Amino acid sequence: MNLLSSGLVRGLLAQTLGTSVGMAFVMAVRVALGLPAWNREPVVVGGALVGAIAFVFGVGAVSDWMKLARGEQISDDHTPDPDKPAWIRYFNVDYDHKVIGIQYGVTSMILLLVAGLFAMIFRTELAKSGMQFLPPEVYNTLMSLHGIVMIGSILLGVGAMSNYLVPLMIGANDMAFPRLNSLAFWVNVPGIILLLSSLFLGGFDTGWTGYPPNSVYAALGVQMFFLGVYFIGLSSILGSINLIVTIVRMRAPGMTYMRMPIFVWAALATALIGFTATQLIGLSFQMVILERIFDMSFFDGTDGGNPILFQHLFWFYSHPAVYVFVLPGLGIISELLPVFARKPLFGYKWVAFSSMGIALVGFFVWAHHMFTSGMATYLRVPFMYSTMLVAVPTGVKFFSWVGTIWRGKISFPTPMLFTLGAVVVFLIGGLTGPPNGLVATNLHLHDTYWVVGHFHNTMFGGFIFPFFAAIYFWFPKMSGRKYSETLGKLHFWLMFPAFLIMSLVQMRVGLLGMRRRISDYDPALGFDDSHMVITIAGFVIGVSVLIMVWNLIRSARRGEQATGNLWNSRSPEWQIPSPVPLHNYEQPIAVVGKPYDYGLPGSVYVDMNPSASSDK
Amino acid sequence: MVHFVIVGILVIISTYFVFNGLVNADLLPEQASLQAEAIDELFNVEWFFIAFFFSLIVVFLLYSIVVFRRKPGEEGDGDHIEGNTKLEIVWTVIPLGIVIYLAILGAQTLGKIEARDPNALEINVVASRWTWSFEYPEYGVTSAELALPVDRQVLLRMRSTDVIHSFWVPEFRVKQDVLPGGEAFVRELRLTPSEIGEYKLRCAELCGLQHTGMIANVVVTDAFGFNAWVMEQTGCEDSEEVCAGFQWAGEYGCTSCHTIDGTASIGPTWRGLFGSNVPLEGGASVVADENFIRESILDPDAKIHEGYLPGIMSAQNFADRLSAEQIEELIAFIKSLE
Ligand SMILES: [Cu+2]
Ligand SMILES: [Cu+2]
Repeated sequence: MNLLSSGLVRGLLAQTLGTSVGMAFVMAVRVALGLPAWNREPVVVGGALVGAIAFVFGVGAVSDWMKLARGEQISDDHTPDPDKPAWIRYFNVDYDHKVIGIQYGVTSMILLLVAGLFAMIFRTELAKSGMQFLPPEVYNTLMSLHGIVMIGSILLGVGAMSNYLVPLMIGANDMAFPRLNSLAFWVNVPGIILLLSSLFLGGFDTGWTGYPPNSVYAALGVQMFFLGVYFIGLSSILGSINLIVTIVRMRAPGMTYMRMPIFVWAALATALIGFTATQLIGLSFQMVILERIFDMSFFDGTDGGNPILFQHLFWFYSHPAVYVFVLPGLGIISELLPVFARKPLFGYKWVAFSSMGIALVGFFVWAHHMFTSGMATYLRVPFMYSTMLVAVPTGVKFFSWVGTIWRGKISFPTPMLFTLGAVVVFLIGGLTGPPNGLVATNLHLHDTYWVVGHFHNTMFGGFIFPFFAAIYFWFPKMSGRKYSETLGKLHFWLMFPAFLIMSLVQMRVGLLGMRRRISDYDPALGFDDSHMVITIAGFVIGVSVLIMVWNLIRSARRGEQATGNLWNSRSPEWQIPSPVPLHNYEQPIAVVGKPYDYGLPGSVYVDMNPSASSDK
Repeated sequence: MVHFVIVGILVIISTYFVFNGLVNADLLPEQASLQAEAIDELFNVEWFFIAFFFSLIVVFLLYSIVVFRRKPGEEGDGDHIEGNTKLEIVWTVIPLGIVIYLAILGAQTLGKIEARDPNALEINVVASRWTWSFEYPEYGVTSAELALPVDRQVLLRMRSTDVIHSFWVPEFRVKQDVLPGGEAFVRELRLTPSEIGEYKLRCAELCGLQHTGMIANVVVTDAFGFNAWVMEQTGCEDSEEVCAGFQWAGEYGCTSCHTIDGTASIGPTWRGLFGSNVPLEGGASVVADENFIRESILDPDAKIHEGYLPGIMSAQNFADRLSAEQIEELIAFIKSLE
């Protein structure tokens, strides 16, 4: 088979070629300006930028638009070639939202493993005090990459869930803009390549926050980090537009907003944030790129700039971004609890609006990351109040979850275990938030392992656990096969306690004085045992995730056939065969009831064949 | 109803144990500043609400998991309960009240830890990759170690010469980023050490390659120890005479009444004394030259500094206890303090 028939390979070749062309172009411009042709930084950055754009062309993500621009006809029929093996679709531009969802999901899992591997490496270094095997520059780069690659993984995981699930849940046959959807996925790939290429260009020792002036002085790798984030952020913006339009315009007849599956509410709130805030991280990074290449002193105080300005721009995205990471996961929790408790979601309306509330309040709290930054001191108290308000809609979710399982008939297959684990872990993440939000205690906690522990609780509780729950829950829908319940439970019972131990110990050493982002610590602090525990727990988490990967790969090939409504769910996607047919629903479906009326005899959510019922 | 009573009791028990666990778990480093005391009080309030809400949710969750689990052979769905508007309002309004209460407490604590003392000792902190340096403008001293007198507020005026660093001594709790960019970016931090001891200042903001090792020693001593430190930094380098005088000042207890940092005590301060015009009881004044100081040691009540009491120093009988040489050395020391 021809290797070039894979879009991915064509894209990678185009990126390589584009990078050389871009570099040559920058050198030509420099010569024209009378500068020496070679200057590593501008030449490499120019090459990287052109290379990434070339990838998008090479992979074919914009081919249809190019045809339209040339006045050629394009086809709306995207039935895959029956002569080619099915898997080849996943390595090519494909407009099916299910394929794109799985592309997002698999890429997300790969990044999760890569970033997890980085963590394993530096956790080994930290297992005891004293320098073991990692020189500080490598440590700093791995630590920074762990952060940003995980964020990439989470954004892609969010993309996976919303792309795969939203059209199915609202009874649509695809997203509103399938071509845009495919482009939004594929721009991630060159972004990831740039991000990881920083490893070979001197790394970057700035953390994922990239604060100047430190990032202005950092090695060339930091530029690759900025550019990588730029493309991954572009994906967020494009994906969000698509999702908003899809949800607003393409719901099945009868599906009013108050009858949408709750995950769709979460996806909508998430998309609104992604669509409006992501620009700011792009902007802040772009300003550092320009400061480095053209000496524009945006952030240099001695030259009219302001180093704190960056932090405002950066956190204006990066605080709401944590809601991009967790809202979909919280939506999954709200989605799965009713199924396994066999009860309606308690206070549907309140849960739905709490997502919107969190999204809205999330825009007014960014400076809580800057209480010690030296910004104007009068800003601190107002931002403390707005930050504390986030606790209210978040609390509504917890109470509603408890209300949902109360008096239910609860069963505990793997997805439910992960959902319950998510509630507990996110609870710890939520409760350890207010001490950071109150300025006085923040002054002690800021930049310590307490924050590391708190943040990992919110990410594991708000994303990782629910994401894994979602994978187990919909894996049979995606693959048509069942996963191994034994391995699934083993995964949970390894990961859940290990994670709790890891994060609680992190928070403890943080309170006692352990700074974050350091490659070594003073043995006099007496943290050696604690760090050994954190490292061991981290490895247990790593092993448990590998068990899941093994479980999924093996089950996808020879798992037991999954037929019918496996979880006895009311959601429309479980009323059709698994794996989902090419065009989802054979005929348009109609929504005739509420989504979570478990326990109400005779109630119906969707009419799968409304034309037949109206004939009667 | 029975369910709620049981769960309610369990929540109270669990809150009690979790709260006590958190308070007694030695979660915070030693308290070595006034600011730390205020901050730790707030921590305790936070631990209480964490314990309560953690117990509330987890007890309900575990109870449901145990009591409402699907028993073997059980079929069908749970009760059809869609929600309860009154409950939703309750669990919106009560948490709202609690977070506002916490924010008010937070603001009050912030006010406490930022309280200004006009007599604060000013120190300029300069951070550079990857070292700290401390300037004491009052004494003309620059040091790589941060020496602080106990129980006196210090005002740190901090700047960086390159990237952003952050000043943090865990035992003092408070933290402040140190910014580059010149005068407009000098940032202040006030703290009042309350425990004598040795601590470490560790840079808390990632500042590049050797960020991990950007550490300085912090020494908190009593007023005399601090003065000794200042002398060590200045006088002894210049002259043996001054150094010896400084030693006698400590040994004979002079500095327990006469400070050398400019603050008034039982006796007038020695800082800036030499050469100054000393107002005397009764309205006259005298220039503090060598003769005046010598006389004041040998016969303290001969001339009384305005606002101070006679009899206290003369009772010590220094004329008999000090040799002429020692007195000359003391005078040299006082001279060095102008
Ligand atoms: Cu935030
Ligand atoms: Cu530093």
